[in-house]
Amino acid sequence: MLYNGVDMDKILVKVRVNTLKSIYSAQSGHPGGSLSIVDILVYLYFKEMNMQDWQDPNRDRFVLSKGHACPALYAILAEKGFIEKNELWNLRKTGALLQGHPEVGIPGIEVASGSLGQGFSAALGIALGAKRLNKNFRVYVILGDGECNEGQVWEGAMFGAFHKLDNLVAIVDYNNLQSDNSCDNVTALSPLNEKWKAFGWHVLEINGHDFEEIENAFSIARRTKGKPTCIIAHTIKGKGVSFMENNPAWHGSRGLTDEELKQALKELGEE
Amino acid sequence: MISLREAFGKYLLELAKNRKDFFVLDADVAGGTFTHWFRNAFPNRFVECGIAEQNMFGVAAGLSTLGVIPIVTTYAVFASMRAIEQARNSIAYPNFNVKIVASHPGIDTGPDGATHQAIEDLAIYRSIPNFVVLSPADDIELKQCLDFALDYKGPVYMRTGRSPVPTIHNEDYKFNFGYPDLLFEVNKDIVIFGCGITSHRVLNVAKKLGITAVNVPTLKPVNNEAFVNILKTAKVAITVEDHNIIGGLGDLIGSIISENRLCVKLMKVGVHDKFGKSGDPIELAKLYGIDESSIENTVKEVINEIKR
Repeated sequence: MLYNGVDMDKILVKVRVNTLKSIYSAQSGHPGGSLSIVDILVYLYFKEMNMQDWQDPNRDRFVLSKGHACPALYAILAEKGFIEKNELWNLRKTGALLQGHPEVGIPGIEVASGSLGQGFSAALGIALGAKRLNKNFRVYVILGDGECNEGQVWEGAMFGAFHKLDNLVAIVDYNNLQSDNSCDNVTALSPLNEKWKAFGWHVLEINGHDFEEIENAFSIARRTKGKPTCIIAHTIKGKGVSFMENNPAWHGSRGLTDEELKQALKELGEE
Repeated sequence: MISLREAFGKYLLELAKNRKDFFVLDADVAGGTFTHWFRNAFPNRFVECGIAEQNMFGVAAGLSTLGVIPIVTTYAVFASMRAIEQARNSIAYPNFNVKIVASHPGIDTGPDGATHQAIEDLAIYRSIPNFVVLSPADDIELKQCLDFALDYKGPVYMRTGRSPVPTIHNEDYKFNFGYPDLLFEVNKDIVIFGCGITSHRVLNVAKKLGITAVNVPTLKPVNNEAFVNILKTAKVAITVEDHNIIGGLGDLIGSIISENRLCVKLMKVGVHDKFGKSGDPIELAKLYGIDESSIENTVKEVINEIKR
């Protein structure tokens, strides 16, 4: 698929490949939840958001509240040219730029996130500030499904609806697996759609790996006034790598063996 | 006599007319922290967050990235414990320019009882990198601390207070960041330190008994040399704080003494590692040994000990 002359499919492959290679170099770093958000990240950074220059005061703002998935975000930032690609191979290493969770000071990172629930609140603060200061940029924040266990998320949900933050879109990466188990085997996460609705948000549900559905949802969000939008994106944890897909073992901080990397890159179609 | 929370509320209103660079965030306690006057006068710069302190701290972090200075207000117990991980990870870690102003510190909080009496806040905030920790003693110092906090680039935690306190500084007083504030100097055999609500008490006792009294408005960071100058000829240092004796003013002075190999006996007066109770603030201060008469008795014992 082409957007503004950019071949999105090629970028998708590059970002997935670099995400896994960086995790391989680090020998840790949440591959499953990184791969599940790649389609949405690529769409946001290469189509949806005004993000030519990460220092432009009028840029749209992005916050990865599920900060543990930052290998995917770092791969995107490298693809955008905000950070050097070589930095990806130093991920999580002593003295490296790229920290295990997003750190302020890394080009393109707005806030510290990864302690779950906290990036979401910061995004709400940015959106509220934009409203009060009459700024036109939009704010995008990706949360994990497991992250929605945090009370802070629901404090924030009330806040966002109360302050009518229609300049903000929260995307929940609903891959339905959290650290230990499937979401509903950890605590009662479902019905997630009804929860966000009850908190006063405009809720959309999409396939988070389908560009047309992603595009449609973000354009509806732009037209939605008076309330913030929550896009519940149904995704596959470990998307694109057969032995990782829907396998909670690939949630956490584990690296890949040489064999696993080779197999994964082959499946992803690395050129 | 004016409480520091009321002085804060009044000054906030005055400041807001002259500088437009700050917002005030509140967690449904505007009447208690005295931000209600600001809310009514500047609704577009006031952010109601509801009883949701964790989200409020995160909202402040986000707001600060736009160049606005958020002044986050709530009670010290929530600012230092309910939302402390947000203060650490969302605010201190990225070194964001957020000011936390907390009322109801210590057992002075009174009738609400132990659940609402923060006796740990200074220790907690002192231990978090990047945080400046302030505890002014009266309305004059509070204004200057707030001026300083707004001009300083980085996170600041400041205590106000619930009960009225007398003004102990002159109008021409200048708050000196990181420095001890010498209130009363006689001989320096015995130096008594206070901060916040205990400073006027130690001053009164010092005047009565002829010892040196020092107010400590900055709990972190401190100018080591300035403290050493005060302590180097002392035989006994007494610290008085409305706070647990662990991690607050007493331990600050203790670490200065030990790090500089000073030969000074330290007596820490404060809440001795136990919880507060409901009651009248002055009666509670007496019960916990930090009211004026208790401090006086403690100092008299020290004087007798030295004479022996």
